[in-house]
Amino acid sequence: MSASPFTVTPLVRRNMRRELVARIVLGAMVAAMVLPLLAIIAYLVAKGAPLISFKFLTTNPTHGMREGGIWSALLGTIYLVVIALAVSAPIGVLCAVYLNEYAKDNWLTRMINLAVVNLAGVPSIVHALFGLGAFVLFAGIGRSILAASLTLAIMTLPVIIASTKEALAAVPMSFREACWNVGASRWQTIWSIVLPNSLSGILTGVILQVSRTAGETAPIMFTGAVFFKKIQPGTLFAYSLTDQCMALSMHLYTVTTQVTNAPEPLPYAIALVLLGAVLAVNAASIVVRSLLRSRKKW
Amino acid sequence: MTASQTDNLKRPRMARSMAAILGERTIELIIRICGVSAIVFVFGIFLFVLREGAPLIGKLDWTKVLFSQEWYPTSKGNVRYGVGALIVGTLSVTGLAMLFAVPFGIGAAVFVSEFSTGKVKETLKIVIEMLAAIPSIVWGFIGLSVMNRLIQQYLPAPVGLNLLNGAILLALMSVPIIVSIGEDALKAVPDSYREAAMAMGATRWQTVYRVLFPAARNGLLAAALLGVGRAIGETMAVLMATGHAVNIPKSIFDPIRTLTATIAAELGETAVGSDHYRMLFLIGVLLFSITFVVNLLADLAVRGVRKQ
Repeated sequence: MSASPFTVTPLVRRNMRRELVARIVLGAMVAAMVLPLLAIIAYLVAKGAPLISFKFLTTNPTHGMREGGIWSALLGTIYLVVIALAVSAPIGVLCAVYLNEYAKDNWLTRMINLAVVNLAGVPSIVHALFGLGAFVLFAGIGRSILAASLTLAIMTLPVIIASTKEALAAVPMSFREACWNVGASRWQTIWSIVLPNSLSGILTGVILQVSRTAGETAPIMFTGAVFFKKIQPGTLFAYSLTDQCMALSMHLYTVTTQVTNAPEPLPYAIALVLLGAVLAVNAASIVVRSLLRSRKKW
Repeated sequence: MTASQTDNLKRPRMARSMAAILGERTIELIIRICGVSAIVFVFGIFLFVLREGAPLIGKLDWTKVLFSQEWYPTSKGNVRYGVGALIVGTLSVTGLAMLFAVPFGIGAAVFVSEFSTGKVKETLKIVIEMLAAIPSIVWGFIGLSVMNRLIQQYLPAPVGLNLLNGAILLALMSVPIIVSIGEDALKAVPDSYREAAMAMGATRWQTVYRVLFPAARNGLLAAALLGVGRAIGETMAVLMATGHAVNIPKSIFDPIRTLTATIAAELGETAVGSDHYRMLFLIGVLLFSITFVVNLLADLAVRGVRKQ
């Protein structure tokens, strides 16, 4: 038996054992996050799926929300999300353009960055108070889809700014320099070079916010969402901006906490629709991102 | 060369029309305005929330408000606004949640960043993103329907809606943020550190806790702080899962009530402009201030990382 130059000493053995233990413990920690996610989804599907049908999605709730479908809540959520993002996406993207393309490294820029970080950390219920104080009462909009959407818009703004900034920063500096060298102005460069090349990243960020906005409850509770509202079925334009509306998240809250003796699968079905929509949007953004990443030329 | 061409060459720079230049000025002005909008909104939120609550500030005995546990905002004869128990409720549920979330979050960040590669890494990142995407109202519903029953069945708890239930939900909700920020912090440590440690014969785990942890200390701290900020501000899940009883908890099986849940539960029933309504806005100011400080600290910690 020839002695290997790399003898396994007790020290090495101990280190290897510790390495293995660390790997197992850390892996278990990851599993502790992944398993609840799978369990939750499986449980909601098992409990809620039998109730879900095309009719469930497209009829109004009836009998004190104990029967019927979720149409008015579903449409309300769509309204809130679309309007909120239509407001916050342009502002957020332009703010990120300012921070990434125009801002110099001075106190104002540091202030803006700090404000973005802090805006992202404001609790959702404080956003609700702000929406109530500023939009509903001060601006006199009243409790309405518009007020609720504006509240949601401000809530999503910092995340859109952050994701857009990242997308803009990923465009190589040499692209801009080439454009400036042929005599383009700063804005021409941004419009024709920087934005088209970062569009995928910007879109991914905005799409991700669709799911976050759709799930929020607290900010809309006092600014425009109501427990119950019947709308005309069969049309996508059943709400107007000044109407109050139902929303899926709020509907789930109502059915679980306010409605007595609702049929047992109903809240599971609502939660499943909400979760399904949110995860589908998320999955879509992940697919878009990986597709576009693989197509990147640099 | 025709006359007009020579003309063009002689003219120094007048290729663009006045309208184009004006348009560009306008759009740049709009960009600048959007740029400072974040600052405007942060101040706006603070001012508008404070504005609604301000008339009540002078009328309250603040030591009593902050330290008394008597929250009787709708009492007929003797209205008392003691938020002591609510603050303790918020702190206890956040603290307990962080006891789970910080080790698990940082452990998972280490696993994703250092112990996994390729497909596994990508998948785990996607799963974490999915976990972050679950709406708080769905968590609350899980707490109310599933966890409630599990806790009653398997633990010696009289009620299933309690501190522990809320803390587990909050932990699951704040873990994704801790993982993603923690992973960024570990990624920011230069590879040369890892290579140096490996060259000395260190195992991967030794590299992690002897080299990476000290080097990424600030970033990991920031990750934990952002998790705390997320947990303090969470509303719907704790409203539904913690039992909503004004109470200083003596064990993890006691129901509690948080600052956020109080606002969410009571704002709908107060008359605009009443003392109770104003008090809820003042709680909002308190929450805003707490999360502001926590986020500021996290930002300072991150800034420390960049300076290194």
